Amino acid sequence: METSKKIVLKFPRLLADKPIVYRLTKDYDLQFNILKASITPSEEGLMVMELIGEEEDYHQGMDYLLQSGVEVQPLSKDIIWREERCTHCGACTVLCPSGALIMDRDTMKVSFDAGLCVACELCVRPCPPRAIEVHF
Amino acid sequence: MAKTYQEINEKIKRGEAVVVTAEEVIDLVKDKGTKRVAKEVDVVTTATFGPMCSSGAFLNIGHSQPRIKIQKAWLNGVNAYAGLAAVDLYIGVTEIPEDDPANKVFPGEFRYGGGHVIEDLVSGKDIQLEATSYGTDCYPRKRLRTWIRLPDLNEAFLFNPRNAYQNDNVAVNLSSRTIYTYLGVLKPQLGNANYCSAGQLSPLLKDPFYKTIGIGTRIFLGGGTGYVVWNGTQHNPTVLRGENGVPRQSAGTLSVLGDLKQMDPRWLVGVSFLGYGVSLMVGIGVPIPILDEGILFHAAIPDEEIRASVIDYSDAYPQRKPDIVGEVNYRELKSGKVFIQGKEVPTAPLSSYSRALEIAQILKGWIREGRFLLGEPVATLPSADSGITFRPLKERPIQDQ
Repeated sequence: METSKKIVLKFPRLLADKPIVYRLTKDYDLQFNILKASITPSEEGLMVMELIGEEEDYHQGMDYLLQSGVEVQPLSKDIIWREERCTHCGACTVLCPSGALIMDRDTMKVSFDAGLCVACELCVRPCPPRAIEVHF
Repeated sequence: MAKTYQEINEKIKRGEAVVVTAEEVIDLVKDKGTKRVAKEVDVVTTATFGPMCSSGAFLNIGHSQPRIKIQKAWLNGVNAYAGLAAVDLYIGVTEIPEDDPANKVFPGEFRYGGGHVIEDLVSGKDIQLEATSYGTDCYPRKRLRTWIRLPDLNEAFLFNPRNAYQNDNVAVNLSSRTIYTYLGVLKPQLGNANYCSAGQLSPLLKDPFYKTIGIGTRIFLGGGTGYVVWNGTQHNPTVLRGENGVPRQSAGTLSVLGDLKQMDPRWLVGVSFLGYGVSLMVGIGVPIPILDEGILFHAAIPDEEIRASVIDYSDAYPQRKPDIVGEVNYRELKSGKVFIQGKEVPTAPLSSYSRALEIAQILKGWIREGRFLLGEPVATLPSADSGITFRPLKERPIQDQ
């Protein structure tokens, strides 16, 4: 069964120059879509990606990452919409490219679907009450 | 048959007043007609909850020992105006900390400012006050650094010089780069259209000629009780109006006042506009007494009959050119997309309709329970026949000698 998951990978300094993502494709037949990648000044790497492939291949790929010393966590935990802070002004809804932040036209209320979020962060700073937080 | 304020207030005291929101009254009038509804309904509650930049609070912090006549003051690092007596301050919502990088790295984030100070005060948080002065015989102290909090202040009242704008521009960007405005982030080439009005719920759109909203009108302000104390600054009642009398551009405004100690941070939210600055979202609710059929007719005007002008914020607005890109109505705006120059453009409100509706319902509850009586205006606001227009600045450059 095919699966598609968005994950955050943290690479320790020693692994920052290793072709880890290449191995995921080559050895485990996983397609990848990089949503964000950066290397900090202390040379730790951070990558947000979507992985698509067979369920079994995906799990083996995850085992490979963990054995290599890469920290893996699901993405949905990382973009936090603080509903209690949101005023439902809708400023984010015209900027969100994936339809994760939408406004219900009957209630005129904003909602956030973490499953659709691609963590592009375009909504974060334009939110007037700063109700959207990024946690890595 | 006309009603009076006194008659309606008597009904409110007896718990018999019929109160509906400005949203509910629309369908009522469609079903039953204005004549019947004008007899049945006593009050229509209107509301708005949006960023209102011309707002601020007066605070009297009490006298220190020894006394200080404050010359300069900062609340959590944000400059407060101190050019009043000794310990009276005014904190404006758009003030930013003196060390804020502002737009030096564009677009600036503007994480904290006067609006946030007011929200923090109302939330009951401790605020850092720093003050300096030059010292006098009667006020010898020159420096002050202390924590203050709202319940300990003598007086604290919100006094907003311009709120509840009667209609506002729909902002678009015709240029080829993203721009950062008080109406939010505008993507290039008509990428989005941002507006800022509660439309059919908005107080002045439901009383377009200010027949009932005047000086002395009692209102819901920031969760407490407040008053309309004057017309707002830039009050512009003589703009182009539709056949129904509703202004098609930004027109009338209100100056409002209320006790900060009664207010609630749910209705006063400090906000940051990327690349622009800070502000405060303010919740206002205004009751419209249905004194006659004419007042009801206006109170029942729906979104589709309220129009707003689309303005290009990359050029026409900053350069103060009169050009208008088009006109749309609030029903279209609320649908999430409008057509401008033949292109489908997604819309965002900035003003929160759902929170405005909540305010209209709270105010309806207060009036029904007999907790809130109508204030009869002691004077009316300048209206469409006043001849008052919004004057631009005529610059007279000063020649150096």
